[in-house]
Amino acid sequence: MSGGLRTGPLRTPMPSKVEGWKDEVYGGDIREHLFRFAEQGWSTIPEDERDAWFERFKWWGLYHQRKGQESYFMMRIGTPNGRMTPEQLRVVGEIANEYASGPVDNPEFGNAYADFTTRQAIQLHWIQLQDVPAIFERLESNGMSTIQACGDSWRNIVGSPVAGRDGDEHLDAWPVIQQLHEEFKGNEAFENLPRKWKVAVTGDTRGAGQGDINDLAFEPATKTIDGEEVKGFNTLVGGGLARKEPRFARDIDVFCTPEDVPKIAAGVSALFRDHGNRENRFKARIKFLVDEWGTEKVREVLQEYVDHELPTAGENLREQYNYNAGKADEPGDYIGVHEQHDGDYFVGLSVLVGRMGADDVIELADVAESYGSEMIGITQRQNLIVADVAEDDLDAFLDEPLLEEYSPDPHPFMRGSIACTGTEFCSLSIVETKNRMVRYGRWLRDNVEVPDGIAEFHIHLSGCTASCAQPQIADVSLRGMKTRKDGEPVEAFDIGLGGGLGENPQFADWVEMRVAADEVPGYIENLLRAFEDERTDGESFREFIARHDEEELTGLVEPKETSYEDPYMGNTKMTWYPYAENPEMEASPAPSSADD
Amino acid sequence: MVTSVHQLDDGAWLSVNDSREVNVSDLWWLSRHDFCECEPADFLAEGFVEISVDHPNIEGRIAGQCIVCGESGVTDWLTLGRVIDSDDGRFYPVDPSSVHVPNRRHRLATPPE
Repeated sequence: MSGGLRTGPLRTPMPSKVEGWKDEVYGGDIREHLFRFAEQGWSTIPEDERDAWFERFKWWGLYHQRKGQESYFMMRIGTPNGRMTPEQLRVVGEIANEYASGPVDNPEFGNAYADFTTRQAIQLHWIQLQDVPAIFERLESNGMSTIQACGDSWRNIVGSPVAGRDGDEHLDAWPVIQQLHEEFKGNEAFENLPRKWKVAVTGDTRGAGQGDINDLAFEPATKTIDGEEVKGFNTLVGGGLARKEPRFARDIDVFCTPEDVPKIAAGVSALFRDHGNRENRFKARIKFLVDEWGTEKVREVLQEYVDHELPTAGENLREQYNYNAGKADEPGDYIGVHEQHDGDYFVGLSVLVGRMGADDVIELADVAESYGSEMIGITQRQNLIVADVAEDDLDAFLDEPLLEEYSPDPHPFMRGSIACTGTEFCSLSIVETKNRMVRYGRWLRDNVEVPDGIAEFHIHLSGCTASCAQPQIADVSLRGMKTRKDGEPVEAFDIGLGGGLGENPQFADWVEMRVAADEVPGYIENLLRAFEDERTDGESFREFIARHDEEELTGLVEPKETSYEDPYMGNTKMTWYPYAENPEMEASPAPSSADD
Repeated sequence: MVTSVHQLDDGAWLSVNDSREVNVSDLWWLSRHDFCECEPADFLAEGFVEISVDHPNIEGRIAGQCIVCGESGVTDWLTLGRVIDSDDGRFYPVDPSSVHVPNRRHRLATPPE
């Protein structure tokens, strides 16, 4: 590991149940147990140990799916910076085809699909334990892994997938990210942190790493050292969106060169390991420690972990940020055709709600490879990038039939839509998400006029306060809720407006609460009509929202029923699978106990 | 047999004797409560914060909000279900759609000497 002064973990009393389980077995040691259960069968996991093992399996990227789907797992594959080769993408598609089929088709996506996530990872569903060793072998022999994709440790490191190719770049962050990935995956000193640990490294001038919402962020900066202008990073700590307690990462006044990033990263994550809250998991993320200590103390304590004097922060480049920034005259994502600094092009493709059928995954890998692409990127907006397309090949590439479905020039509502997993598989979610967002997108496309000059309109739909769809940083933020309609409980959303990142990041203002799900499209229609009527020349939607106060926003428009029909208004959480012909929990084909 | 209770998956589940039993995202009617001014409150459970056993009751404090007035917070202790026979450990959940009365704890964590 890097040269921190404190190298061994300081162990403190471990009062929480999860900490107790982690203390018994955690980290790399879980693998042998996972393989043992895979060989002997899911039913051999003792019932009174299941919760503990399911918690531990997360470290190897496996989440047990929700009630009614017992014995099935979600598998998350970590792709640092969201980067893969076409060959690796093909392997993912083949694994999805072979192993990620459920007992019932999803009406929008069929069976066997891959989800590309807001943290540039890949999720497969309906994975069975007995298949895990074979899947691991396929992944690992192709340079991929599920290690630490979930659990209390270094998660997938995020950044711009086109680092090293992008024309708008401060420095190439990809070697830094590779080094962090090598150093902190499977590193015993950091395998058991108090909570998840999300790291972003941004080397571009777009702010595409979205460092503001990560536990630890390295943001592009320059600093004059010994009379020379040095390119490197400023260090920000304590960002995160979950649990109605969103925080932007805070600048701790530390500059680091690319070479020093691993040392600073080791120091901050060791500080979190030793001082983070292990008694209360709801208060465990480092954002709460930064709240409690303040940035000056974080810096002082960090100095104890690092063997060189910490330089003060450099000049940041935030005023150039445009990624998810809500600017009227600049793209906020990677969709479309972009020139690389080497004269080739990368093409950003819209993947609605980040989900792609396994056959399409394989076809995209084939197409990319046939054009000589060496890199497929997953963006934090759940879209994909195909890099390295030669200028002479661009027209032919853009004419590929697959790009009719995954378009580089999508409708603004399709382009900007993000959704988390939702009640289809997730225990936390309160509402159905992906299929609903697909239906919202289609209805808006077919029924609502796009205001002039709007090429992308960001709608982030999250099933609960865990905020996996990053709802607080969208033009329109939807957060899963319940309400009553005609006396009956129905799925609903809190609606927020005007969030985004960029130079001055802003969380959405939550202006309309508990709107029945079937009235949300009507609300958005009314909202965009008000925007079109009242906007000033060239004003972006985010700017329009920013010049209204909370009271004005609350009364701006009303929800309404429209021709939109929502098949998921009832309690999808109480079904075994929301789209099954018989969705009742009792009809689940999954075993509910080891004896079944 | 000792009844084992805890919350799982970031508070999404109440686990009783290592079996996921009660999930969040249901609406609970709350009466005679201090959570908000509504009577009854129509409370959306968003996460289990604390879980405890007061034999035979399994009790919990739940984070969430009243969907009538929008007040957010954490409830007092609610009975989530019962384990009547600690030998068989079988859990009998309450019905969230009936009316529930949260209670403040009166007993002390450590009995007076």
